[in-house]
Amino acid sequence: MKVTSVKFAGIGGTGVVKASDVFAELVFDLGLDVKKAEVHGMSQRGGSVASEVRYGDKVQSPMIPDKTADFLVVFAEDQVPVNEISLKEGGILLTPKDIEIDKLPTEKALNVAMLGKLSTYLDFSLENWQKALEKLFDPKFHAGNQVAFNVGRESRL
Amino acid sequence: MLAFDPHSKKLLLSGNEAISLSMLHCKVQIATGYPGTPSSEILETYSDIGGYAQWAPNEKVAAEVALGAAFGNARSLVTMKHVGLNVASDVLYTSTYSGVEGAMVWVVADDPGQASSQNEQDTRNHAKAAVCPMFEPSNSQEAYDMLRIAFQTSERYKTPVILRMTTRVNHSKSIVRITEEPLEALKPSFVRDIPSRVMVPGYAKPAAKRLRAKIEEMAVWNSQEGPNRVEMASDELGVICSGISYHHVKEAAPDASVLKLGFTYPLPATLIKDFCSKVKRVVVIEENDPYLFENIMAMGITVEAKLDSIYRFGELTVDRVKRILAKDNSPEPVPVRGRPPALCPGCPHRDSFTALKELNCIVAGDIGCYTLAALPPFEAMDMMIDMGASIGMGLGLRHVLPEEEAKRVVSVIGDSTFIHSGITGLVEMAYNRPKTGHVVMVVDNSITAMTGQQEHPGTGRKLDHTPAYKVDYGEIAKAAGIENVFVINPVKEYDKLKTVLQDALEKEELTLIVAKSPCVLAIKSIVAWDKANKQNSGILL
Repeated sequence: MKVTSVKFAGIGGTGVVKASDVFAELVFDLGLDVKKAEVHGMSQRGGSVASEVRYGDKVQSPMIPDKTADFLVVFAEDQVPVNEISLKEGGILLTPKDIEIDKLPTEKALNVAMLGKLSTYLDFSLENWQKALEKLFDPKFHAGNQVAFNVGRESRL
Repeated sequence: MLAFDPHSKKLLLSGNEAISLSMLHCKVQIATGYPGTPSSEILETYSDIGGYAQWAPNEKVAAEVALGAAFGNARSLVTMKHVGLNVASDVLYTSTYSGVEGAMVWVVADDPGQASSQNEQDTRNHAKAAVCPMFEPSNSQEAYDMLRIAFQTSERYKTPVILRMTTRVNHSKSIVRITEEPLEALKPSFVRDIPSRVMVPGYAKPAAKRLRAKIEEMAVWNSQEGPNRVEMASDELGVICSGISYHHVKEAAPDASVLKLGFTYPLPATLIKDFCSKVKRVVVIEENDPYLFENIMAMGITVEAKLDSIYRFGELTVDRVKRILAKDNSPEPVPVRGRPPALCPGCPHRDSFTALKELNCIVAGDIGCYTLAALPPFEAMDMMIDMGASIGMGLGLRHVLPEEEAKRVVSVIGDSTFIHSGITGLVEMAYNRPKTGHVVMVVDNSITAMTGQQEHPGTGRKLDHTPAYKVDYGEIAKAAGIENVFVINPVKEYDKLKTVLQDALEKEELTLIVAKSPCVLAIKSIVAWDKANKQNSGILL
């Protein structure tokens, strides 16, 4: 199995790292090798944030080389130019434009909706996604997350 | 909600989490440190999963506490970022002479690429200069394993040991498998050994000789049994690397032979010589300083290195490793700049710096979130160098500037930074008093905010948020000889803050203004911790 690379990007405080944690947990749970990289620190103060997940049989570098990401999932439109160098030719770019935002229970759930959208391109079962979401979030968010995830899955914009 | 299940045998962990778990399995009796990205999460995670950890006022005190514990036959650990080691280096350089009775590990996190640091210094130079054995993990599994080896090495050779991390190893997540049983706990006790631990010249001179002999013995052991790995493939190209660079190399040049070093001071000379004799071309791939390169060249072995003028700066990546191996020294593509960080909406520092800007102050600044006030739109900080420097630099300016300019100088320092290194500055302020007096503003948001909201001696809570004695900055100032002390809320009492500041600048006196208002990101947690502590104390009473 070749290495698949997914980059999540956005602005600090919008759930970029959380989304990547959920995704990494999902592939980890399936028994795949996985690595996840991000930079913490000053970036959390409203600055650009990116988190990279790579999985497959064997992953070496945790960082996605330029022009090799299979998916680029961006939570803020203005972060597309900052991150598009990562995407390979023919790679999939997902942005909030792909989501029916007004259907989300809260604006903060955008990250989960973006995971929902991502899920339509990947072969993982809904149970796997749900398990990872439930493991990474406090139970009080589970119901809202389910709604947001489905909004992301079903958005056809 | 725990970050992970400490009883699990297979986990997806960051390097920091892997260290915390390894600490639990190594039965670390006391862990201490001062927060600093990318090392900050280790101690709090250790506390969360059941270990004992505490925050110290600064790295030097932390290292001394850990050293004392190791003199008492405990297993101790201290964490810090690379620049924190500068503060604690006085402890390091002589504790290698004394050695330890139990075991002591320094987890020091470097920041190649300066994601969140004021410089890019390389801790490996400190290890060599202080004659302190050093291990360098490349991922979370190795962080877990090498901490254990570091403790075993510390116990076997009676020496402090450095575990050198880098941002990518601290913060990347990868899989950790737990296969070994936990270590037996050490039993703390005191055995008097004055010649080993009282480093007067008469005892320190023989200690230096013992240390050098010990390091030579370790180098031999390192070549034979150290946690290094030879992966022979091509006889044309060999790469020597350590830390995260190893994974970049494996991806960039899967056919190359690789010598991956895990124990990087003292270097395994025999192993390196042997590897280099088996391949035609040997390239050293390392981040930051040419530490491996220079030390291998000094062994009389010719190896290649990256071009300093390009690749000495920033992190390595798979693409950069490919370029280095291809001797491609053409200009690198310039990344698109992301959005810079900024003070949060509602942050009390915004008000403090608005006042400083409106009064046209010359601001000697310090390290914390408020350093962001140097960037637009505020541009209201004129210098920032190291923890606590605001007060000394401000005093220096006050001493030499013409009177009209001198009276505009203000030193601005955060609450945690004030505890870390600001107190001696206040003593200096009263002792060598500038003619125009001086003004220090402690921008007190009641938490160590920048590194992720850690407690400190001024918050009234310990690392685990239980109650502690709360330092009063004003009382410290008065005791040091500062005449005027004001505590003002910069948000709710903005006009008062500005009036008091203006008045203080005009007077030729010594003034401390505590601009006190909690961090907007931390306020909910602070209220919850204080409420829980109050309830608990009620039950106890």
